[in-house]
Amino acid sequence: MSIIQMFITIAVVVLGTVLTRFLPYMVFTEGREIPMTVKYLGRVLAPAVFGLLVIYCLRNVNFTGDMFGLPDIISLIVVAALYIWKRGMLLPMAGGTVCYMILIRMLPLVMQ
Amino acid sequence: MKSNRTSDGTERAGESGRTAVISGQDDKRGALRAMKTAFPKTIPVMTGYIFLGITYGMLMATSGFPGWLPALTALIIYTGSMEFLMVSILLSSFNPLSAFATAVMVGARHLFYGISMLGKYRNMGWKKFYLIYTTSDETFSVNYSADIPDYVDRSWFYFWVSLLDQMYWVAGSAAGGFFGSLITINLDGLDFVMTAMFVVIFLQQWMQDGTKLRSLFRDHICELTGIAGSVLCLVIFGPDHFMIPSMIVILAVLLIFRKPMEKAGYTLEHDTSASDHSENAEISGEGLSNNGNGGDDI
Repeated sequence: MSIIQMFITIAVVVLGTVLTRFLPYMVFTEGREIPMTVKYLGRVLAPAVFGLLVIYCLRNVNFTGDMFGLPDIISLIVVAALYIWKRGMLLPMAGGTVCYMILIRMLPLVMQ
Repeated sequence: MKSNRTSDGTERAGESGRTAVISGQDDKRGALRAMKTAFPKTIPVMTGYIFLGITYGMLMATSGFPGWLPALTALIIYTGSMEFLMVSILLSSFNPLSAFATAVMVGARHLFYGISMLGKYRNMGWKKFYLIYTTSDETFSVNYSADIPDYVDRSWFYFWVSLLDQMYWVAGSAAGGFFGSLITINLDGLDFVMTAMFVVIFLQQWMQDGTKLRSLFRDHICELTGIAGSVLCLVIFGPDHFMIPSMIVILAVLLIFRKPMEKAGYTLEHDTSASDHSENAEISGEGLSNNGNGGDDI
């Protein structure tokens, strides 16, 4: 790919991405009343999307591999437990991430 | 975009008793206060973005691209998943149409973010364009779920979260592109911070929608649909192609169950621009109030 082709490709990708970001706002402009169905979706989509994003992050976990997905499962339990116990955002996230980083290093040694 | 409302975001403060007449200096002070509130909420994103950005920059650099390219694409594309794909797209033969189609498909989830933020991003004035342009998974999640205190200007809060997040991503990508080869510490697994963040936001939403076991299904149709629909599509379509099918399943289920869900209390007022905050405040007794002191935990 030449440098010009490279820039065209980047520009086209920017265009596609920007389009998906702006489309809802271009269709439902501020002057217009938002239809009831769209308002309803605006209320119910986000909780479902957070579920989708969690699964998206976990999409490559291999439950049949060497570690049976244990680092992910255990760290997720740690995140949830810390959240339910202490609430807040940073503690559960830091705890879960540190736990995960330790587990992916230690588990292979322990399981041999 | 209508920009004839001069003190856009601050005008919102009028709802909670203040008048809408706000001088330039007050606006500056408001902006500063909003930044102080916004910054702690972006710390998790900072960790994840800088790490992932470095990974992206290194990947680009080791694929033979110049060091500035990751920073540029980070700034103007600003979608992590698309940028990682970008590496292979730029390495293959020139095909703008397929690149465009890929970008639209990968970005399709932004449509959901847009619909969810339609109400919240109303009357944001000049900031609105930037807020929409920088809607990423993480920025959307933080801005959507944030319980913004009454004394903080919402438009500035959203603006700072968006700007800081984008800066983290660009800084990480630039660092990876230019200095990636110098990094020798093993940071494997740090990307779990992003997973953890979505899990926490998911739990937050869950608690906010009710904690009674008795009405588990009634209270959490949305969350359960999101999880079950995605898992189902992941199993059927595999990790690389399950996002769009999942979105279609989620959309279909939520539309089919609209009547019963509205009866169950998924009121429409919740997400209209004016009333969502006061309603949040009512619900938040337990779930969201903790959100506010998140910064004290570390």
